[in-house]
Amino acid sequence: MGAKIITVTSGKGGVGKTTTTANLGIAMAKLNKRVVVIDADIGLRNLDVVMGLENRIVYDLVDVVEGRCKLRQAMIKHKLFPDLYLIPAAQTRDKTAISPSDMVQIANQLRKEFDFIFIDSPAGIERGFRNALAPADEVLIVTNPEVSAVRDADRIIGLIEAAKKGPARLILNRMKINMVKRGEMLSPEDVTDILAIGIIGIVPEDEAVVPASNTGVPVTLNENSRAGLAFTNIARRLNGENVPLMSLENSGGFLQRISRLFAGKSG
Amino acid sequence: MLFCGVPYAMQDELVAIKGIKDGLFISLSPSEEWLAITSELATRIDEKSSFYAGANVTVDLGQRAVPKYQLTSLKALLERRDMSLNIVLSDSQTSIDSANALDLRTSTAIATPGREPNETLPIDPEEEGTPGVMIRRTLRSGRTIHSKGHVVVYGDVNPGAEIIANGDIFIWGRLRGTVHAGANGDENAIVCALDMTPSQLRIAGYITISPPEKRRNITPEIALIRDQQIIVEAWQKR
Repeated sequence: MGAKIITVTSGKGGVGKTTTTANLGIAMAKLNKRVVVIDADIGLRNLDVVMGLENRIVYDLVDVVEGRCKLRQAMIKHKLFPDLYLIPAAQTRDKTAISPSDMVQIANQLRKEFDFIFIDSPAGIERGFRNALAPADEVLIVTNPEVSAVRDADRIIGLIEAAKKGPARLILNRMKINMVKRGEMLSPEDVTDILAIGIIGIVPEDEAVVPASNTGVPVTLNENSRAGLAFTNIARRLNGENVPLMSLENSGGFLQRISRLFAGKSG
Repeated sequence: MLFCGVPYAMQDELVAIKGIKDGLFISLSPSEEWLAITSELATRIDEKSSFYAGANVTVDLGQRAVPKYQLTSLKALLERRDMSLNIVLSDSQTSIDSANALDLRTSTAIATPGREPNETLPIDPEEEGTPGVMIRRTLRSGRTIHSKGHVVVYGDVNPGAEIIANGDIFIWGRLRGTVHAGANGDENAIVCALDMTPSQLRIAGYITISPPEKRRNITPEIALIRDQQIIVEAWQKR
């Protein structure tokens, strides 16, 4: 069986693509899957930092494409999970250093030996996004409950549909439930109302995320993190498990369940 | 409600495409560079490829003497886009000979648009309607539709999407993007939507935006120009 190649993208920058990719990689490795995460953000590499592997980089994606090393040599093994690898982006080049067909070729080489390949797409709709999209079997769109992020997600969904890579699924990141309750933030219903695609996970705002990213220990490794739990649930859904989503169908139900969840955690 | 004039510039066309009863009628400028004309034609077709696909084409070459190789390439250009060149109209014997060599019908007796015989109208003439494009999907942010006719969308028009039509615009869904009906100045054009909350709505030279307050009852509405402003009214009241 070949790996499933999943591209994580968003259109807008700063919504949490890299955090999501790192955490899904870790969560999937915790489920004993063989995983590669690829940083396709050439020139602005981040995924290595978030995963705590920055100081182990010798070769990168562009070195592979330009034949300076073998694919294996650019794959960095994670400190905790022997079946989790990172292929870092080059820091000194730009998006034009690789092409969509390079990405397809690399992904296909990895397909035989792994279960999941996550590709961290750069922001935007240009070459970098095209590179990240080309090999995808499935696309996850990360957005925040904000009008501008949702607008960009909508644009990206259109491009994914046009590239026949749909239907993409949505990760709603940094949901602040109290703000939704006060009507100050878009609710999951407001977002799906516009985007009309399925939600694969809702990640609550969690102050543990920033220090986790800064220290290279993704929040999924923290058993007490709500965001970490949400990422783990997304990984389980990608793995084919039926993990119920916090109900979106009945609008009251979602809020109640979330607040119950919060009450349980704090109490 | 505010309004302002919108300037229109009708450009001198290399290529004119019209819908006729049995397909498309394409007239090509008799004087301009052939390459410029064919590339313009290709661009114009590609803009609405799904709309034109399958069409039978009558082409009017006017005075131009079109050699066989040029006509062959024109025929191939259309065929690559799923259209078939059926009839060639020309006043040039060279062009007629080229058409005959390619087994195309050459006729000067075809009724061209605007030259349709009015004298023999039957008592109950068949309603011919006016051409338009039908879009069966949601238009997401960044999508733009331009049409010389009407536009019908079965789906939503999301914020950031734009429809510009010389005719009417019908949205069987939620209209939240920008639309411009009667874009060539037709003040009789209308916009209909099941849920009318456009970012911006223009008809001919008038422009309006949706009121900021959230509405409770969503009902099909029609926007049209009355007394020199755009008004939006519920469909039931009509």
